[in-house]
Formats: sequence, C-alpha cells, structure tokens
Amino acid sequence: MEILRYAIYRFGTMLLTLLLVSVLVFCIINLPPGDFLSNQIAELRATGQEAGVAKAEFLRREYALDKPLWQQYFIWMGLLPGPHGFSGMVQGNFGWSFEFDRPVSEIVGDSLWLTVLVNLAAVLFVYLVALPLGVLAAAKSRTMIDYTAAFIGYLGLATPNFLLALILFYYGHQYLGLPIGGLMAPEYEGEPMSWEKVRSILIHLIVPTFVIGTSGASAMMQRLRANMLDELGKPYVETAVAKGMRPSRMLMKYPLRVAFNPFVADIGNLLPAMVSGSVLVSVVLGLQTIGPVLLQALKSQDMFLSGFVLMFVALLTLIGTMISDVLLVLLDPRIRYESRDT
Amino acid sequence: MSRDPSDRGQDERYVDAAPYDPGASLRELERKDLDAPNRVLVWRKFKTHRLGLISGAFLLFCYLMLPFVGFVAPYGPNDRDAEHIYSPPQGVKLFHEGRFLGPFIYPMTSEADLETFQWVVKPDYDTPRQLRFFCEGSQYRLAGLIPADTHLVCAPEGATLFLWGSDRLGRDIFSRILFGAQLSLTVGLIGITVSFVLGIFFGSVAGYFGGKIDWVINRAIEILRSLPELPLWLALSAAVPSNWSPVAVFFIISIILGILDWPGLARSVRAKFLSLREEEYVRAAEMMGASSGRVIRKHLLPNFMSHLIASAALSIPAMILGETALSFLGLGLRAPAVSWGVMLNDAQNLANIEIYPWTAIPMLPIIVVVLAFNFLGDGLRDSLDPYQQ
Repeated sequence: MEILRYAIYRFGTMLLTLLLVSVLVFCIINLPPGDFLSNQIAELRATGQEAGVAKAEFLRREYALDKPLWQQYFIWMGLLPGPHGFSGMVQGNFGWSFEFDRPVSEIVGDSLWLTVLVNLAAVLFVYLVALPLGVLAAAKSRTMIDYTAAFIGYLGLATPNFLLALILFYYGHQYLGLPIGGLMAPEYEGEPMSWEKVRSILIHLIVPTFVIGTSGASAMMQRLRANMLDELGKPYVETAVAKGMRPSRMLMKYPLRVAFNPFVADIGNLLPAMVSGSVLVSVVLGLQTIGPVLLQALKSQDMFLSGFVLMFVALLTLIGTMISDVLLVLLDPRIRYESRDT
Repeated sequence: MSRDPSDRGQDERYVDAAPYDPGASLRELERKDLDAPNRVLVWRKFKTHRLGLISGAFLLFCYLMLPFVGFVAPYGPNDRDAEHIYSPPQGVKLFHEGRFLGPFIYPMTSEADLETFQWVVKPDYDTPRQLRFFCEGSQYRLAGLIPADTHLVCAPEGATLFLWGSDRLGRDIFSRILFGAQLSLTVGLIGITVSFVLGIFFGSVAGYFGGKIDWVINRAIEILRSLPELPLWLALSAAVPSNWSPVAVFFIISIILGILDWPGLARSVRAKFLSLREEEYVRAAEMMGASSGRVIRKHLLPNFMSHLIASAALSIPAMILGETALSFLGLGLRAPAVSWGVMLNDAQNLANIEIYPWTAIPMLPIIVVVLAFNFLGDGLRDSLDPYQQ
C-alpha cells in the first residue's frame, strides 16, 4: 500500500506542477503585443469594414479579453466566473480558436491521440534499440561493434531531426516504397477505425518513429553502455564468470538489472526531448499531430489554441515522468518514498 | 626460469625485448608530474585524447576565421546572379586536356529545357577560365569594422564560381555558409553565456544557502526541465516583434535559447555546492569574515569551473541545433540575416532536394560542428580528473 500512497502523492505534485505550468504558458501566450482580435479590429477599421468590428468586439467581450490579465488567466483556467459562468480548462472548455472560428477542442480533436501515438511509438523504439545495442556495446567494448555503435550514435545526436526526416523519407520512398507525408492514407481521414486504417497508420509511422527516436536512442545507448561498463568491473561479475556462468546469462541476470535503473529514471529527460522532436518532425513531414497546429497558432497569435497545445504537450511529459517515477519505485526497493529532506 | 638468450644485453643483464614506448610514460605519472599545476595536468591528459584534440583545433580554427569570412568567401552573402539560378556545384580543376593551367573552372551556361520547364545549367568544357586571386569583388567589412573589397579568390571575368552551387535566387551557397557561420556559431556562445550566468547564480544560491531558497529554486528547475524545449522556444520566438532589426532578433533568439537551458547546469552546480559547503576551508573562510558572495566566487566555484566548461561544450550543440530548427521553421532568424538554419529553409521540401540536392549542403557544417563540440566536450570531461587512470 506504500506504493499506492506514493503514487497518489506523486499525482498531487504533478497537478501542482501543472498549475504552475499553466501560469507560465499563459504568460508566454500573452507575450506578443496585442491579441488576435485587437489586431483584427485594427485591420477591419483600417479597411473600413465596421460590420466586422462589431463581431470582433463581441468576441472580445465573450472571451473576457477586455478584462485585466490576471482575471483573464483565472477565467481561462475556469477558476473565476467569466461571461458564461465557470467555463475554462478545469471544466473541459478549452476556448475558441479565432483563426478557424471554431472551438479549440474541435480543431485539435484527432491530433491529440495521434500525438500520443507517435510519442509512444518513439519511446518504444528508443527502448527496443538502445537496450540491446547498449548492452552489446558494453559487453564487446573496444571492439568494432562498440565503435560502430558509438559512431552511429554520434551521428544520430548530431544530425538535426528535420534533416534526417527529409532524407529518410526520400530514400524510404524510393527504395522501400514507404508512403510520403501524413500519418495515414488520405482516404482514411475522418473515417471510423478499421483494420485497413490501423495498417495504414502503422506503415506511415515507420519513418517518423525512426526519426524522432534516433537522437534519444543514441543518448540512451551511450548512458546504458557507461553504466554497464561500471558494473562489469565489479567483483560480483568476476565471481559469476569464475563459477562458470554463461556470459549472456550472467549479463542478463546481474549487471543489467543494476544498470537498468537509470534507464527507467531517464525517461524524465527523454520525454521532453522526444516531444520537442515530434513537434518539429510533424511540421516537416506533415503529420496530423498537434505540432503543425501549434506552429500555425503561434504564427497567427491564436492564443487560446496555442495555449491549449502548450498545456497538452506539458501534460504529456509530466504524465510520462510521473509514470517513470512510480515504475522506478516498483523496480528498485532501495528508493525512498518520501521526498528528500536536505 | 631460463630466458631466451636474445633477451640478454652485452653485459649479460636482462633487457626487455619489447619496443620502448615513449607515450607510456605519460600514463604512468610520477610524483613530480602530479605536483604540476592543474591546467598542465589537464592539458597533458587531454593531449592523449586524439579525437578531442582534433575537434578542439578545428573549432578554434572555425571561430578564429569568423571575422575574416568576407575575405575568404568569393561572393557577398546576398549577391544575386539572376543568370545562374540553381547552378550545380562547380569543381576547381588544374588540367585542361592534359595541359596544366593552374586552378580554373569551366563556365556554366544555362538554357531552358522546354520539356520539363526547368533551367538546365551545364558546364561548357571548351573554354576553361582561370581563377583570380587577391582580386576586387563585392564590399564587405573585415571583422565587421574595416571596409574592404579584396577577396582571396574570385570568379573569372564573365563566369561564375559556385563551389557548392547556387540557390533559388542565384546566391553562392559556399559564401553563404561562410557568412552563416558567423551567426550560427555565435548563437551557441551567447546562449551558453546566458545559461551559464543564470545556472551558476541560481545553482550556487540554492546549494549554498539551502532551506527555503533551495526548495523554491529546486522546484523551478524541476518544472523547467520537465517541459519540452522546442514548443517553448517556438512560443517565445513567436513573441519577437517582426519589425525588429536582424541584429536584435539574433540577440533575443540566443537569449531565448539560453533561458531554457540553465536548469540542467544549475542542478549540477547545486549538487556540487551541497557537498562542498561542509568542507573545512569553507568554514575557515566564513569564520574569517568572508561574505557569502566571496566564499562562493573565490573558494567554491574554482573547484569545479573546469567541469562546468566541459558541460558547456556539451550543451552548445543543442543551441546550434535549436537555432537551426527555429530558423528552419521560420520563427528564428529571418532573411536578410544568413544562418545555416535560414539556408536550410530553402531545402524544406522533398522535390527541391531531389532536383537540387546541393541546397541541402548547409547540413554538413551543422553535423561537423555539432560532432566536434561533442568530441571536445567528451575529451575535456575525461581529462578533467588528471589523477584518474
């Protein structure tokens, strides 16, 4: 039950963090001078379209943009009554996109779970690639295998994600016949789930997963290798070898378990980088995740839309970190439950 | 134990047949070597890290060249040649039909292909043109100050010199890469300075004073570290007003890159401070009446400044890649500023890369520089502890 208490405590701190993040996000989306509507009003005035001005003024009042900033924040969060009573993030009303003239939830819709899917696939990829390669590189350290793995790892770290995306897409299409662009074939868009749709999504996922995962995988691999090397020098490994254990079994049973800890703990570092990568790669490859939505919203100062996307992206990483923390406690009984008092 | 007779020297003493390795003495440090100043020790160990040494020299060369790129580049960054749009790279040759001519190029002629509606640019192999050296070309400012118009190498009269091809406006990609280096390489330096100042300040305050301040700073670090960087970078740079001058945009972008990078540094500084503040020499300094600021600056920071420098070398690549990504997406530096990211903006779609592969060349310097910083950082980190074998 101790673990349950820890999980609840961790969930509580996550909510608190999320609250602070929301303040930060709200500040950032209000940084640009003016807002979408006041810009629009100025433009309409300049071109003499008084009819449109009235509508924009109405929207301004409707979304409390004429109130002071701190009130706007609380109304946006749904902690203070706005023109329509309590209706904000907390109540599940994510606001209005001025550019598309539709509610934010309608615009992001499908792209939310596609974002989650892309990131999950990338995380899985990182683990599947980094685990065997890292162990292999450590076990065969200072051999060709080690150097090759290190070289590929360094290249993965140094190549900008978006370039890798373009190159892989090009060659993937030319030699393997992988589809170009998007997360599913166009005919499945807006269709209900079916096996063909799932297949189409899976095929389209190959390149993005690879691209987003590469840099994370190479960092993870290097860290696992270093951890494994530390463990391999210890006396218990010598003992195991001396008593005649097969090397592969020995590796799996002892050093890997110890070296595995940072592997799980590292997801906190990995996830933010991964989500960053997925935003960038989505823009380049035209995936229907929230990356392109964010870019578009930021460029046109569509503040509620960009605010929501930023919050969602933050939530994604926070949840991931929380899960990894709880997993770590399950995995390693030595870790204390309480927060550290220094 | 009987030894092979060949091991014996003239006076019947045992001589090891293994060849003498002068490098071995570097690794087996003697007492007097160990007493040398720290930087001598670090340098001695760093010298054995071949890859790090080469990378360091390469980066030093790159940064030293920055003020003089105008001299090296054959063209200015925004010189257009409307006649040679998307001209492929021209190779510099020495022999024409078996005859030595000195460095020369074949001029490019462009003609319209009426089937594909593209400009086809082809070399004309009949009329080799020799390159000119130390010639007059477009105006530039040496080190940003001294106006000059002498170039190391120029295109021959009536021909072009596009070593790495030209882009959609007929600008020389090679020259633009050189000029782009000025911004792309310094973005990292400015960013890391910002991140260093913030990181050391918050980290040392948190670690030295502890208690409530520590708690607050620690939470801030945790929150910032748990957020994805790129969306925040995007959001912050989207807030930069579009009427600012390129120089102002450049500075604000580098500061934005640094603002989100400090938490990692602050965390390691804090951890060091937590362990070091209990040492006797700190207590002694405090008892002699040194202020907190003095203890932090004079007694604690020098202990691990070298570690911080190594970690700085490892985080500069992230900033260079960050600038590239921002400019690539159109939210970072904007034309007429030239940086590698801005140049790659042209290579955004697949069709372009397929038809004009040389527009993607700016990715090469990015990869090389990022790799070099990684190797340099690794080498520094390994050599910082000279007593470790």
